[in-house]
Amino acid sequence: MATTAAQPTYAPAASTSSYSGEKTGVWSWITTTDHKRIGVLYLFTSLFFFIFGGLEAAVIRAQLAAPNQTLVSAELYNQLFTMHGTTMVFLAIMPLSAAFFNFLIPLQIGARDVAFPRLNAFSYWVYLFGGIFITLPIFAGIAPNGGWFGYAPITTMAYNPGLNIDFWVLGLQILGISSLAAGFNFITTIINMRAPGMHLMRMPMFTWMSFVVQFLVVLAFPVITVALVFLQFDRFFGTNFYTLTAGADPLLWQHLFWIFGHPEVYILILPAFGLVSEVLPTFSRKPLFGYAVMVYSGILIGFLGFGVWAHHMFSVGMGPIADTVFSLTTLLIAIPTGVKIFNWMSTMWGGKLQFTASMCFAVGLVAMFTIGGLSGVTHASPPTDLQQTDTYYVVAHFHYVLFGGSIMGIFAGIYHYFPKMFGKMMNETLGKWHFWINMIGMNLTFGPMHLSGLLGMPRRIYTYDANQGWDLFNMMSTVGTGIIIVATLIFLYNFFTSLKSGPRAGRDPWGASTLEWSIPSPPPEYNFAVLPNVTSRYPLWDVTDGHDLSREHHEGHENRDDKVPTARELGIPMPSNTFKPVMAALGLCIMLGGMTLKHVNFYAFFIVVSGGAATLVISLYAWLTTPLEESH
Amino acid sequence: MSATALEPTTTGHAEHGHHHTSTGLDNRKIAIWAFIGSECMLFVSLISTYLIYKGKSRVGPYPHEAWTDPATGETFKAILNIPVTSFSTFVLLMSSLAMVLAHNAVVNRHVKRTTFFSRLEGNSFFWLVSTALLGIVFLMCQAYEFTAFVNEGLGLTTNLFSSSFFVLTGFHGAHVTAGVLWLFTLASIDKKRGLRTDEALNVDLCALYWHFVDVVWIAIFVLLYLIK
Repeated sequence: MATTAAQPTYAPAASTSSYSGEKTGVWSWITTTDHKRIGVLYLFTSLFFFIFGGLEAAVIRAQLAAPNQTLVSAELYNQLFTMHGTTMVFLAIMPLSAAFFNFLIPLQIGARDVAFPRLNAFSYWVYLFGGIFITLPIFAGIAPNGGWFGYAPITTMAYNPGLNIDFWVLGLQILGISSLAAGFNFITTIINMRAPGMHLMRMPMFTWMSFVVQFLVVLAFPVITVALVFLQFDRFFGTNFYTLTAGADPLLWQHLFWIFGHPEVYILILPAFGLVSEVLPTFSRKPLFGYAVMVYSGILIGFLGFGVWAHHMFSVGMGPIADTVFSLTTLLIAIPTGVKIFNWMSTMWGGKLQFTASMCFAVGLVAMFTIGGLSGVTHASPPTDLQQTDTYYVVAHFHYVLFGGSIMGIFAGIYHYFPKMFGKMMNETLGKWHFWINMIGMNLTFGPMHLSGLLGMPRRIYTYDANQGWDLFNMMSTVGTGIIIVATLIFLYNFFTSLKSGPRAGRDPWGASTLEWSIPSPPPEYNFAVLPNVTSRYPLWDVTDGHDLSREHHEGHENRDDKVPTARELGIPMPSNTFKPVMAALGLCIMLGGMTLKHVNFYAFFIVVSGGAATLVISLYAWLTTPLEESH
Repeated sequence: MSATALEPTTTGHAEHGHHHTSTGLDNRKIAIWAFIGSECMLFVSLISTYLIYKGKSRVGPYPHEAWTDPATGETFKAILNIPVTSFSTFVLLMSSLAMVLAHNAVVNRHVKRTTFFSRLEGNSFFWLVSTALLGIVFLMCQAYEFTAFVNEGLGLTTNLFSSSFFVLTGFHGAHVTAGVLWLFTLASIDKKRGLRTDEALNVDLCALYWHFVDVVWIAIFVLLYLIK
């Protein structure tokens, strides 16, 4: 690795090699199979989509600031809330988590890469192309407009002609393939690539929660794949899956969607839980309280997550037995979640607390997620839920768990792992400003929604009449959104200036305990020059031989590495760069995306889809018949 | 890091990292099981939808009983052809047998083969191609079945039964097709240079997939064809 302290600039697309000595330039990033580079690509792409989804929310809030506004039309409003939800769920939070899966899992388990480096690159490129495909239509005013849950039959041809829903159906299929491929990859990586001594019950909590999430992905995504195939066949070929006049069940989509959709909310939150479970022990200077119970409750959350889907459907009239069963399972899931909250608090109890920016966000998650969790428990009761369903109360609830939970956790992760990713420190003062302004902004935005919801304001309406008691709360929410934007701008400024000119970070600037902190920042392409032999859950805390951890925290520069040998010098075989996964991803996305042309021009449809399919098949064969490593 | 907990191990950098795994199994073996788990949920969703819609179609033809169109007075017989499908199910089961023998042949390359039958047993190319050909016979039966249904008035869009039937069995057929391509790829490698015993995993992976697709068909055959 040639990077030294004298590295003045940093741009991810044209870096002079943070991760690999010889490979530089844009092309090296396009053809990379290095899990750390792919993690960085995920991080930048998903941050972009996070900003984009936030801007959509800003337009929504501007429209709703006061009664009877006409900033956007009803149709554009539908597109905005649909794309806000779709973007945040599939293009922002999931891939932000994927950025950490990619970057951290191999480092935390002591591996040199993931099990299938090229499949990993394929996942990223499918995500990028799929994200572009599903996002672009909004600029033409033909974006998906059926909500992020896309309830059929409202999304069938009879009620929603036009290309909008086609983009959504095919975009989600593309993104699902990306997540599934990553799921198989990380399951294999965690089961099979652990360093010697890294038993399952010694794995860091982030890796554990990611492990649970991959099983959720692998088991939940096929269900929405089937639901989307039905919808696509209904729209393209006139099948009857959602055609009520043919006798179709109007709840089929809802069941299939939520069997996917409820595990999906745990897919969104568990990685954030994993990240704060790394941050809280580090800045409490204590091991995580109740490690084993934390693991088991994570698994239990994942398991129960498949048995609660119909609590999204209490209002459809499933009958008392189904309502009771799903109410009970939903209440049950509060137990392992509560266990986690208490264990985090017990981790901090009596610890030597250091409120760094990432610690602030981690504590913020514990507090805000608890509020969201409690309002979630109120939905578990069907009679109460009937009053709340489809109101802003529900919007308040899931923003407390997703913004107050997932996003706070991810920010905690970004502040914590930025030094490891880029070898630079972020500005702590700006980080704390970001935290407090963000905290005020989010509570001002989503807090009043509890009240406007309980006062009866429905979701998904593009405007409302005055004097229903909602005016003040809506104005508060809109002002809060402005404050969140200010906080996010501070974050972006901090992020990019730190990339450019942040102070150099050492190996373990926070005095953290897990394997990733034992190697240089940023790590060399091979991660570990010598695979570690792990003998405990907190290897770095056990090896310090009594030297003061807090001193190391403040003088992190001391353990910095000025010259790290390259893989070639060490004789470590690394996967060679390859363009084939990118081509396969492109072929797949052209094939699936091109299907939208069916309703435009049949010949164009045929040519584009078969062209995409041919590209996919040829690239796959070329990929599978080439060995992973170049011969040294 | 001069410390006890991070001692270098014997599996240090001299050895290729990929070849040492925590479980001792190859990465691909674990990945294919994860993939099969995922595919289970795919077929469970498809089969459940079929079963939910069973008996809900407003117009015929129906799978197990005759139907007279009240508008035209035209009569349609029960549409499912159990004898043909029993045959194709048998063919698919036999293809799994051939698949096992193909794997066996690659694993037991070292066995000295003298008689005709033992040479046949050790002919991995023969068994790979047989598996693929039996798969193709199954697909031809399916093509025959689909054509007959359409001729008898049951198209993709006719009713709930036809939509859920064609999409479910069509998905299964697409899986068989992918398996046939995989088998022919292995067979062509085997023909060109001979699959070695240390490459038996390549056949093993294909076999796991093939048996899975076969098992799914057993479920479909019982739930769709045999149970009325």
